[in-house]
Amino acid sequence: MKASFWRRLLSGVARYPEWVTFLFLVAAFVVSARLSPFFLDVFYIFDSTSYYVEIGILALAMTFVIITGNIDLSVASGLALVAVVTAMLHVQLGLPMEIVIVLSLGFGALLGLFNGLLVVKLGLPSLAVTLGTLALFRGAAQILAGDHSISGFPEWFIGADFVRVGGIVPLPLIVFIGLAVIFGLMLHKTVFGRYLYAIGANEMAARYAGLPVDRVKLAVFVVSGLMMSVGALLKVSRLSVARYDLAMGWELAVVTTVVLGGVHIYGGRGGIIGVVLALFVIGFLRTGMGVANIPQENQLVVIGLLLLVAVGLGILLERFRRN
Amino acid sequence: MRSTISERPLLQARGISKAFGVVRVLDEVDFDLRAGEVHSLLGENGAGKSTLLKIFGGVHRADQGEMLYRGEPATVDHPQKARELGIALIHQEPLTFPDLDVAENIFLGHGTTWKSRFIPIKWKDRYREARRLLDELGVRLDPRARVHGLSTADQQMVEMAGALSQNARILLMDEPTASLTPEETRELFRIVQRLREQGTAIVFISHRLEEVFSLSDRITVLRDGKFVATRRKEETSIEEVIRMMVGRPLGKFYEREEAIPGKTLLKVESLGRGRRFSGVSFEVRAGEIVGMAGLVGAGRTDVASAIFGIRPADTGKIEIRGEAVRIDNPAQAIRLKLAYVPEDRQHHGLVLPFSVAGNVTMASLRRLFPRGWLRPPRERELAEDYRTRLSINLRDTSQPVWELSGGNQQKVVLSKWLITEPEILILDEPTRGIDVGAKQEVHHLMGELCRQGKAVLMISSDLPEVLALSDRILVMREGRLTGHFRREEATAENVMAAATGQPLPGEKGTPVSSG
Repeated sequence: MKASFWRRLLSGVARYPEWVTFLFLVAAFVVSARLSPFFLDVFYIFDSTSYYVEIGILALAMTFVIITGNIDLSVASGLALVAVVTAMLHVQLGLPMEIVIVLSLGFGALLGLFNGLLVVKLGLPSLAVTLGTLALFRGAAQILAGDHSISGFPEWFIGADFVRVGGIVPLPLIVFIGLAVIFGLMLHKTVFGRYLYAIGANEMAARYAGLPVDRVKLAVFVVSGLMMSVGALLKVSRLSVARYDLAMGWELAVVTTVVLGGVHIYGGRGGIIGVVLALFVIGFLRTGMGVANIPQENQLVVIGLLLLVAVGLGILLERFRRN
Repeated sequence: MRSTISERPLLQARGISKAFGVVRVLDEVDFDLRAGEVHSLLGENGAGKSTLLKIFGGVHRADQGEMLYRGEPATVDHPQKARELGIALIHQEPLTFPDLDVAENIFLGHGTTWKSRFIPIKWKDRYREARRLLDELGVRLDPRARVHGLSTADQQMVEMAGALSQNARILLMDEPTASLTPEETRELFRIVQRLREQGTAIVFISHRLEEVFSLSDRITVLRDGKFVATRRKEETSIEEVIRMMVGRPLGKFYEREEAIPGKTLLKVESLGRGRRFSGVSFEVRAGEIVGMAGLVGAGRTDVASAIFGIRPADTGKIEIRGEAVRIDNPAQAIRLKLAYVPEDRQHHGLVLPFSVAGNVTMASLRRLFPRGWLRPPRERELAEDYRTRLSINLRDTSQPVWELSGGNQQKVVLSKWLITEPEILILDEPTRGIDVGAKQEVHHLMGELCRQGKAVLMISSDLPEVLALSDRILVMREGRLTGHFRREEATAENVMAAATGQPLPGEKGTPVSSG
């Protein structure tokens, strides 16, 4: 009787690994609140989101990529390249910022298309392709920008994080939530989303059933590229400068977020809600540890342990469910 | 030969029970195995045969019951334990390491003591020993050949040699003949007989009853995880065994009524792709079942996947309903109202973690939901509909398909393609590895499809099935069509002759077809 209750509870949790992430979120919140009284300041919490929603925006696209059984390691360096190109188009070529925004969205999509074509048309593993473009994009950004910080953006473009909707919620957070809703609907409610899962769970069966596997994979990489642009624009707006070393090493944070959110690293399983929760787990912890003056390296250790625990727990639960 | 069988059991299992989650797979099963006998395990899919074998092999652990080895209680809770007792499991799909050579694969299970793992391997001795073991089996295989390029049959021989190298006294063979050609099957049987004469005990699983009857000394039947009976071969018959397996008498084959073929729906002309096949021409008319026989690897699946656009042909042409078409991918084929039920259910037919509902709608999503928004109630409704129509045995249409037995999985694949509303169906080994009951239902369904005026191309290695169901029979050998028979001309002998390229040596019928 009692055993069967726990069994049922466990298998319920195993079916929806988001619950694990949710528990982590509660824990992260409590721990952070205890570390420092400043953490509970609503303004402070909202302010701090502007930094990590940029990770979150990349993580949304990464969720699509990983669910199809691929990975895109070039997101962070792609973001930097888009940022540098955006800056040069406006500052050096003098194009109006409105047009530059459109161009930079297109440029990001192009970077994604480049990844996608290499994966789909040449049949190369996405891990290898994007490991290559990770270096390539960063290198290109450095060649273009050198060691300079490029500045000179129009007033209206700078400081998106100071634009508060309803007097309290910063614009980047609104952008993220809006995108998360769109991504969530696409993933869970549309035929396209079903295609993503099918490709990740069994690409051959998807092909045999006549699904447009190649086009879907291409689309997923293009979306990833688009989100590099969105991330880049928000970041440049927040910092008011573009540099080649923006978002250095973020690809790891992005993948961590997605995996912590219960998305299976080999594809086929996971959802947007988990990823959103995971973003805030990491965000809260970082903020909490930040206000408590815990040194950066200790923070890294905590995040690393968290990832291991989450991944381990997820896989153990899955095994339990299968048995 | 019979005298080599000892009366005292070598291995004895009493009251073995095993459940996976809530599903009870084995329920108090008794089994005994004597040295020098081939003891077959029979039962429909999901009857628990493989599970019992895996318990003997130490892969699974029984929840209840005991095992006796030479009369002494034994715990076999790990493959290593089984190995120490001389029990070896030969898998249906050989578990070999493709990048290692034959000898390395044979001796892979060795080095079981801590010390022996660090002693340098004497390669010369190993290759000599491997040679000896292969000779003992009568297999011509180079011990230095990489396993990678070997056929399934040869890889099985490597596994068998590995078992011999461990002095296995008990061989557990789970459907070893499922993917072998008749030739290879005969070869395997010869080896099994030899081992039996040397006193090895063999547990054998196969869905092909004629095989079972030609090889076994005793037969044990399981049904729904329960022990039904153990019989000496001489004391029973195929009919009785089938009755015990399904719990009801079964007619031998579905009797089709005479078909009145309509117009030609599918026509291919001198189709070819690379070295796989060439010059393949035939047509399939509405209301007709065309059987395609041949040995495994004759190129039948290649032809099917060319027609369906998975690996398009590079020469020849395809006509659908009288019009020349190009089919470069399955999506185009589906639009032309073709359906292809692939041979490899698990890898090509199903998305195993998806629900039944998710699987049956897979090939029709665009048509069902043209605006791109999924409507899960509609999917469930369709799944329920086909669950009733094909009597798919499941708890819930939201159940993942990996939980279903082979026969029910195959019905899910068939549902998926029926939902696309096809006119031309290519069924590749539609009844392989599914139980007798499900097989009959699939045959009925095929008859039904013909009555509805659909064209069916059935690829099957099951000769009695091809003979019983087809209006016309095509035979392929080594990438070419080598035979074309009308229903009334076809016999097991002339079809086999076309498939093998030689008349059968004096035997009547063939011992390797299934029932």
